[in-house]
Amino acid sequence: MIAIIGLVVGIVLGLVLTPDVPLAMEPYLPIAVVAALDAVFGAFRAFLDGIFDDKVFVVSFISNVLIAAVIVFLGDKLGVGAQLSTGVVVVLGIRIFSNVAAIRRHLFHA
Amino acid sequence: MSPTGDLRPSAAEAAPPASGVDRLRQSFFAYSRGQAVVAVLVALLAFAAVTQARLTGENDTYDGLRQAELIQALNGLQSAARKAERDLAALQTTRDQLRSSTQRRATALEQARSELETLGVLAGTVAATGPGIQVTVQDPMRNLSLNHLLDGVEELRNAGVEAIEINDRVRVVAQTAFEDDPEGIEVDGVVLQPPYVLDAIGNPDTLAAALEFQDGFSDDVQQDSGSVSVKKEGRIDVKVTLTPSPPRYAEPVPGQ
Repeated sequence: MIAIIGLVVGIVLGLVLTPDVPLAMEPYLPIAVVAALDAVFGAFRAFLDGIFDDKVFVVSFISNVLIAAVIVFLGDKLGVGAQLSTGVVVVLGIRIFSNVAAIRRHLFHA
Repeated sequence: MSPTGDLRPSAAEAAPPASGVDRLRQSFFAYSRGQAVVAVLVALLAFAAVTQARLTGENDTYDGLRQAELIQALNGLQSAARKAERDLAALQTTRDQLRSSTQRRATALEQARSELETLGVLAGTVAATGPGIQVTVQDPMRNLSLNHLLDGVEELRNAGVEAIEINDRVRVVAQTAFEDDPEGIEVDGVVLQPPYVLDAIGNPDTLAAALEFQDGFSDDVQQDSGSVSVKKEGRIDVKVTLTPSPPRYAEPVPGQ
């Protein structure tokens, strides 16, 4: 319940404040969002499995975001930023799909 | 991210007997520290996602491109600009060629027009005006023949006359024919009666001298009891024109 309220508050804040992203952060934001999405789905699945731990969730959330940003940064430095971003998005997308599949099994037993 | 990021349980069988849906239902109205943390992080995620979505929506063409992509785009634009410059140069060359050919054509047209005017004056197809003399030949005794008039015209031609008309009725050109007539003189089929008035355009002094020298036209006419008066004019109008008829037999030799 509180999580849903948090979701709504975040959306409203983003719409109302319309913050300007610093230019240096611009390439990392989309990857960071996908990584955080992966952490949230993972946490939801863990919750349904009954092994959810808020500390683990916080750490995984932050580390996911940081590692994704570092990979993109490294890729930019190495000159393969575009390819590496694509790779990160693909891997995270696969994880999100498998997590969602597990969640679906829990909720719909299918 | 193996120690923290992977939330997949390695031992799902260790879950409590209550199903996930039941746990979800229970926790929906139960509040805990964990839920607050989750709420904060989910809010952060939603905030970032909305911001990114808005950015993507308002991105223009080059915003958010990487350096390599920007260089590629720049190269593309530069080559497009070079191509446009080449096109521009080619088009300018074409324009200059067209302009010079237009000028040449205009010059040729101008030349042709002035030649047309020159020839028109000579052939009698256009009216002419300019300095000249007016010659009035009186013939009270009807003694003058066409030879006198022909002599006068010849003398004027020798003196470089450019246009002649007689009695404001006949234009004298290269093809003009003179014939005797009981009434007077027939010029190009038009019967003229004395006094004969010749309007001649040319240098007035030269023309006048050509008629008035010793034993010349004036003396001849006076010997046959006529009289000649020559009046130099600053402006003589020759208004009679002829309609040019294309030659039936003579053809221009090509290439001349």
